[in-house]
Amino acid sequence: MTEPAAPRRVPWDRARTPAFLQGYGVYAGVAVLLLANVLLTPHFLSAENFRTQAVQVAPVLVVALGMALAIGAEGVDLSVGSVMALSTSLLSLYLGYGPWIALIAAVVGGAAVGLANGSLIAFVGVQPIVATLALMVAGRGLALVLLPQLRDVRDPGMAALGSQDLLGVPHPVLIAAVLALAVGFTVRRTTFGRQLLAIGDSRPAARLAGLPVRRVLIVVYICSGVLAAIAGVLATARLQASDPTSLGTLMELSAITAVVVGGTPLSGGRIRIGGTVAGAVLIQLLTATLIKHDLPPSWTQIAQAVVIVLAVHAARERGKR
Amino acid sequence: MLSVTGLSKSFPGARALDGVDLAVRPAEVHALVGENGAGKSTLIKVLTGVYRPDEGEIVLEGRPVRFATPLEAQRAGISTIYQEVNLVPLMSVARNLFLGREPRGRLGLIDFRRMHQAADEALRALGLRVDVRRPLRSLGVGAQQMVALARAVAADARVVVMDEPTSSLEPREVRTLFEVIRTLKERGIAVIYVSHRLDELYEICDTVTVLRDGRRVHTGSLAELDRLRLVSLMLGREMGEVRGKGRAEFTGAHRTSGEPVLEAIDLTVRHSLRGVSLRLRPGEVVGLGGLLGSGRSETARAVAGALPADSGRVLVAGVPVRTGSTPAAIRAGISLLPEDRKAEGIVPGLSVRENIALAALPGLSRFGLVDDARIDRVVDTFVKRLRIKASSPHQRVGELSGGNQQKVLLARWLAMRPRVLLLDEPTRGIDVGAKAEVRGLIDELADEGLGVLLISSDMEELIGGSDRVVVLRDGAVVAELTGAEVTEERLLRAIAAQEGGGPDD
Repeated sequence: MTEPAAPRRVPWDRARTPAFLQGYGVYAGVAVLLLANVLLTPHFLSAENFRTQAVQVAPVLVVALGMALAIGAEGVDLSVGSVMALSTSLLSLYLGYGPWIALIAAVVGGAAVGLANGSLIAFVGVQPIVATLALMVAGRGLALVLLPQLRDVRDPGMAALGSQDLLGVPHPVLIAAVLALAVGFTVRRTTFGRQLLAIGDSRPAARLAGLPVRRVLIVVYICSGVLAAIAGVLATARLQASDPTSLGTLMELSAITAVVVGGTPLSGGRIRIGGTVAGAVLIQLLTATLIKHDLPPSWTQIAQAVVIVLAVHAARERGKR
Repeated sequence: MLSVTGLSKSFPGARALDGVDLAVRPAEVHALVGENGAGKSTLIKVLTGVYRPDEGEIVLEGRPVRFATPLEAQRAGISTIYQEVNLVPLMSVARNLFLGREPRGRLGLIDFRRMHQAADEALRALGLRVDVRRPLRSLGVGAQQMVALARAVAADARVVVMDEPTSSLEPREVRTLFEVIRTLKERGIAVIYVSHRLDELYEICDTVTVLRDGRRVHTGSLAELDRLRLVSLMLGREMGEVRGKGRAEFTGAHRTSGEPVLEAIDLTVRHSLRGVSLRLRPGEVVGLGGLLGSGRSETARAVAGALPADSGRVLVAGVPVRTGSTPAAIRAGISLLPEDRKAEGIVPGLSVRENIALAALPGLSRFGLVDDARIDRVVDTFVKRLRIKASSPHQRVGELSGGNQQKVLLARWLAMRPRVLLLDEPTRGIDVGAKAEVRGLIDELADEGLGVLLISSDMEELIGGSDRVVVLRDGAVVAELTGAEVTEERLLRAIAAQEGGGPDD
């Protein structure tokens, strides 16, 4: 502001590079992995392979979109995996009334969990990590009560959702893409999105500016619940089975990873939807690469850990500036 | 007992203590007073081992000491009671009392029976009868404060530091506290007493040290120092210098007219406000005077709905406003510029543009979609009108200077077309040029018919900028200065006046 270019030019190397890394490092990472795979992995450049990767990443991405909203509001939603399980249970139970009714039941279930999360956080004042942890346990329990074991899903509508295309793009991928655009639009262009970022950045200031802090927080967690429920439907359609015991386990961690790697700071106030998409793709590609080269799953976990540490390191450097 | 010489402590960008001396004798109650930023808290933190001094030495009972941690200070015999109780709320009262020095039985286990008995005795001595097995949390704030006091006294203290110990006590509890202080005196213990309540100081303290801007400006017997002189020392205004100096420093009288745009009637908030009433007419700047802790910010916050009022009413242009609700106050046209600009005002990560549009956003949107063109127009108007200096409207507010941040906040509220502006320390921490600009803006806004409530610790600003000054002391209105009465001298006198005596001459 008052001091012009001088102090900016000097620390260019130290200050600018991590800023660049945090902003665009995730895209660079995706590019590097793609390039490495093209060179090293046989049959990587096939349509079938891309299709598989995209279909696999879709549910994670959808969950991560909701997680990005929660993190942007200086919170977190640990209940997303359980919401996926609840969603698959409800879907399986109501499938008898037709796929649309079942879909609505699943989404309503997700919204209900989100409402519970949001109310605990906004009205009772429970910390997000604790509130959503409670719902994470309760949600999985409820899912298992509704549907105690794995059940096959035999429905032509669900089968179509899981395996057919529209213009060559698999349905789950299409849905994930549309949702990513919708969430991105919401964050950038709506009153709700602006208020959400303000609340995430400085809650006292937002409150004194008369923003509807409670309402926004509740809507954030409802959105996260609904998105997780949709992810549960997509995953069920792909597996052609409802498995509430294992569906969505550790999903919250994958989603947080995608969001953080994508450059959204955990301290709230900023949401990068493009980065979140790239973050989810990066993790997916990393896993796929290591699997294709016959490395054990433990390597995947280690690689994920390294990526997370790098992302957090970049964010920390930026915070200090 | 305790003497401090040439103590200095600097923080990045600020010299908090500058060669401060302090000597406390045994059996003496020593008042430590000063306004915001005078260095009181820093001095206390150095004495209790929270900070280490850059220069100077501390001598306790003839031996020079250096404390690296609060625990060391405590072991050496300096106990502290902070403004907020700092005990462990979930542990029992007795455990809190003996935390870190529990009576041990065989095998090194805590001897609970002995501990409970000793705790009970210690609290009875302070006139507090509670079940010492109950968690501390279940006690009222006042009782918790007494437990903290019992702990400080029991810990073989030579010097007890009390940092605003009465701020959350009921009058009856204050009496008990004073009795305890007298017992401490009899036992030869020195007390350093920090408070803004003049009545308390004159009742309990023997000597006083006044700090201002990190320096010691006065030390001496309190009885020989009259109230007016004490207040002038704290505020840095010599009586001879202020005599006759009136208002009209930066503009003076505004044309005020008609019905009050804001009326606050009998606002009461537990522990901070006692029946505060004030009225603001359109085009009028009303100053709120008083010492730190007199309830100035609390008044503004209660009017703006940010502090729930226990009783009292707020009317805007004769229409009642629901108290305790910020959105309701904002809808009624009340805007508050909070004291803590960085924590409660700006949203540092968002841009200038988004900060300005923040409160007005619903009005600048259609169907929940932000209307960028309209926002740009509004932002453009205010950036020009308030002369906000930013590289672009998209620059983050956190990167702006204090003065420009304050202007962004003003713009945020002006975009709401308010009828009442409550300004809490609008020029604190901003540079001289920006100060003048902000003051000019305040005048302009009043001329346009806004009712402005101005809180400022800067006497010159308060006197010069206000048409009327309402003086608060201990959460109650004690005087109102109008017209030719708005002078620094009158203000000092009103602040220093005796309880119940009213404003003198």
